[in-house]
Amino acid sequence: MSFSMTRMRAAGLAAALGLAAVLAVPAQAAEHGPELKELDWSFSGPFGMYDRAQLQRGYQVYKTICANCHSMNLMSYRNLGEPGGPEFSEGDVKTLASQAQVTDGPNDQGDMFKRPGRPSDRFVAPFANPQMARAANGGALPPDLSVMAKAREGGPDYIYSLLTGYGEKPDDMQMAPGMHYNEAFPGHQIAMLPPLADGVVPYTDDTPKTLDNYAKDVAAFLMWTAEPKLEERHKLGTRVMVFLFVFAIIMYLAKKAVWKGKHHKAI
Amino acid sequence: MSTSITEDDEDVSRRDVILITAGGFAGVLGVASIWPLLDQMNPDSSAQALATTEVDLSHMERGQAITVMWRGKPIFIRYRTDDEVAAGKDVPLSELPDKVARNANLPDDAPATDENRAAEGKEPWLVMIGICTHLGCIPDGQAPGSNKGEFGGWFCPCHGSQYDTAGRIRKGPAPENMAIPPYAFTGDTKIKIG
Amino acid sequence: MAHQSTYQPSSKLGAWFDERLPIPRMVHGQFIDFPTPRNLNYWWTFGGILVFCLAVQIVTGIVLAMHYVASPDHAFNSVEAIMRDVNWGWFLRYTHAVGASMFFIAVYIHAFRGLYYGSYKAPREVLWMLGVLILLLMITTAFMGYSLVWGQMSFWAVTVITNLFSSLDMLVPGLGTTLVQWIWGGYAVGGPTLNRLFALHYLLPFVIAGVVLLHIWALHIPGNGNPAGIDVRLKSDSLPFHPYYTIKDGFALVVFLLLFAGFVFYAPNYLGHPDNYVPANPLQTPPHIVPEWYFLPFYAILRAIPNKLIGVAALFGAIAILFFVPWLDRSKVRSTTYRPVFKWFFWLFVADCLMLGYLGSQMPEGIYVLLSRLGAIYYFAFFLVVMPVVGMFEKPKQLPGSITEAVLGKEAAAKAEASA
Repeated sequence: MSFSMTRMRAAGLAAALGLAAVLAVPAQAAEHGPELKELDWSFSGPFGMYDRAQLQRGYQVYKTICANCHSMNLMSYRNLGEPGGPEFSEGDVKTLASQAQVTDGPNDQGDMFKRPGRPSDRFVAPFANPQMARAANGGALPPDLSVMAKAREGGPDYIYSLLTGYGEKPDDMQMAPGMHYNEAFPGHQIAMLPPLADGVVPYTDDTPKTLDNYAKDVAAFLMWTAEPKLEERHKLGTRVMVFLFVFAIIMYLAKKAVWKGKHHKAI
Repeated sequence: MSTSITEDDEDVSRRDVILITAGGFAGVLGVASIWPLLDQMNPDSSAQALATTEVDLSHMERGQAITVMWRGKPIFIRYRTDDEVAAGKDVPLSELPDKVARNANLPDDAPATDENRAAEGKEPWLVMIGICTHLGCIPDGQAPGSNKGEFGGWFCPCHGSQYDTAGRIRKGPAPENMAIPPYAFTGDTKIKIG
Repeated sequence: MAHQSTYQPSSKLGAWFDERLPIPRMVHGQFIDFPTPRNLNYWWTFGGILVFCLAVQIVTGIVLAMHYVASPDHAFNSVEAIMRDVNWGWFLRYTHAVGASMFFIAVYIHAFRGLYYGSYKAPREVLWMLGVLILLLMITTAFMGYSLVWGQMSFWAVTVITNLFSSLDMLVPGLGTTLVQWIWGGYAVGGPTLNRLFALHYLLPFVIAGVVLLHIWALHIPGNGNPAGIDVRLKSDSLPFHPYYTIKDGFALVVFLLLFAGFVFYAPNYLGHPDNYVPANPLQTPPHIVPEWYFLPFYAILRAIPNKLIGVAALFGAIAILFFVPWLDRSKVRSTTYRPVFKWFFWLFVADCLMLGYLGSQMPEGIYVLLSRLGAIYYFAFFLVVMPVVGMFEKPKQLPGSITEAVLGKEAAAKAEASA
């Protein structure tokens, strides 16, 4: 029995490893997308947290450049001041909100009207509807960016690679009219013009105003908008894992104590 | 639980300590997991982000009342006549069932005088949450010709609570004066609630 | 139930209650002093883990339903509002999403354990069939739950899976189309579809809970099987369920929770697909649609067959065939441990399922198609050929005389036999 039990355990372990191996090849591995540049983000790993200054700069890039075409319908200005994000001060949040003109109404005359934004307002979208967005962008619809960092394989690495991936097309490649070559975009033909260039966004800190920094910062910002509770999750996770680990040891000892003398040749 | 006779007492007490610790851990885990299940029902952060309502009062005339919505609640705004203000002022505090103003813009213990109920420095204006403090119905008395009750203010059709021209409870089962929300005049005829 | 309780009410009130509604007596008899084979290994802890998984899914599901809006315009955003604004919403939603995967990991281990140890053999055939029914209900429930997010993968999964039924058009023209339109409540997947998927997703877990009760009932009639595959005969063959198996199941559950929590807190989207964070778009199919990992082997079988009707039949057949396992296996011996030939076919079957799972995630082209076909053929051959034929010709190894002998050795067994 003990011999076959050992065999059974070994075989079972092999099966468990096999299952783990299958799980380790996630379904999306099949999509042979372009190679992405992998960065060392402050938020990756089990203890990863966002870099506040980076998120603030990222918001600056988003607001100055991306927001001209891309909506961010899931975000409110108040989120910019909430813990675990860029954590702008309350006053800054009010100022940032009030810079936007929000459509409200109808008023007592039945008309819609514009007013300065409040922290509880959603980010104002650049176009009223998808049709208008298409019309203004040569037929292409700039996607909403709220959860973009979770909606693409590679997440922030993809966004960074895309923003830094513009370049000269290979000589043998046929481009459709109005498309631009991008090495990170699936199919390498993207409708979006190269959005970033050195110096186009002012930074309030002394971070060099380079395309590379803009791409990094806005990718980090988009990761935060996609996963605003990441810091809370990582912090709680540490506590829960330590608790469960100690609990597991205690349960193991309890099991051994209760089963003492019941397992083996000891009647 | 059966214990074999070969076990010595030390083993038994060691085992008991381990089992009690394990039970404690299970208890902590169980109780800690209940909190998220309860807390998720509290107002979420979008509801907590205080919405404000701005109201333009320029079209209102003396004696007129309007109802606006703030955080899902009806706000009664009445531009009272001089008679109504006088009626509110005439009542001695001792006659009031509820003697505090219930005005979010004043200290908690401010007495329920007509001044303390009305807008600061603009006594004809009364702005309050139009919800009966008995069981939450909306009292009549806003529309012209609707039942204003014995005291010329509001009458709650559900259980007969009567409010005076300053929105104070005078008669019936309601325990408190109708509440005054946080608000301020942002111009001569403009208020911002919240 | 078969085992008689030794419950003694400890108070007058207890005795009064016991005469009128003997629930404590039943709990005591079935979960405290229930005689359980003393040789169960850790593969037997997954039953308890599965009860836990079902409870977690039901509890988190009920609270998520308090915030979810089942409408094409609002579903995706309401899920995101849960993640962003609802207190603990991210935790509840990730626990529910990861919980589905954990549920399937546990149920597959549980089912393979049953296959290895012949848990389906007499007198446990009904127990096994109820288990297959639970698996079928779980698959249906998980599919419906995934659709509720109303992302691109949700939408196209609903479209593809409901279209499976359109294959019936090949049998009776018009039948499939009529059926699919009835399922959709329209001429395409849309609002009515989402609403009914939500209603049924809320209902089915309680149906599962009911069948789980029957499953446990059917388990407690003959009692647990065991790794030796022999019946409990001597008093020393079994131990009371509590504390021995409550503590062992408890330890296994906490280890399982470590894995569960690891995913929830550190890789909540690892087992999901990025495309489901793109809101559903009825005008554009994602370039590569794949189901969740736990459906991949079945998906590979579907794609292995180049005929619509037969492919769909194979997909359903892959699950339906499990109902007949108790009669397909002709072996006299339950436990594969004592079956030197079948053992090899069993592990080949496990490897086959893992391979089909991998193939299900790959583009259906080139060598992958060939491998999928070989995998699908072996999947069915294992049940239809290996089980009956090997069972008839194999010479099993010598079984131990008793569970006591298997665990405690011949000497102790002889003593126990003498005293019996």
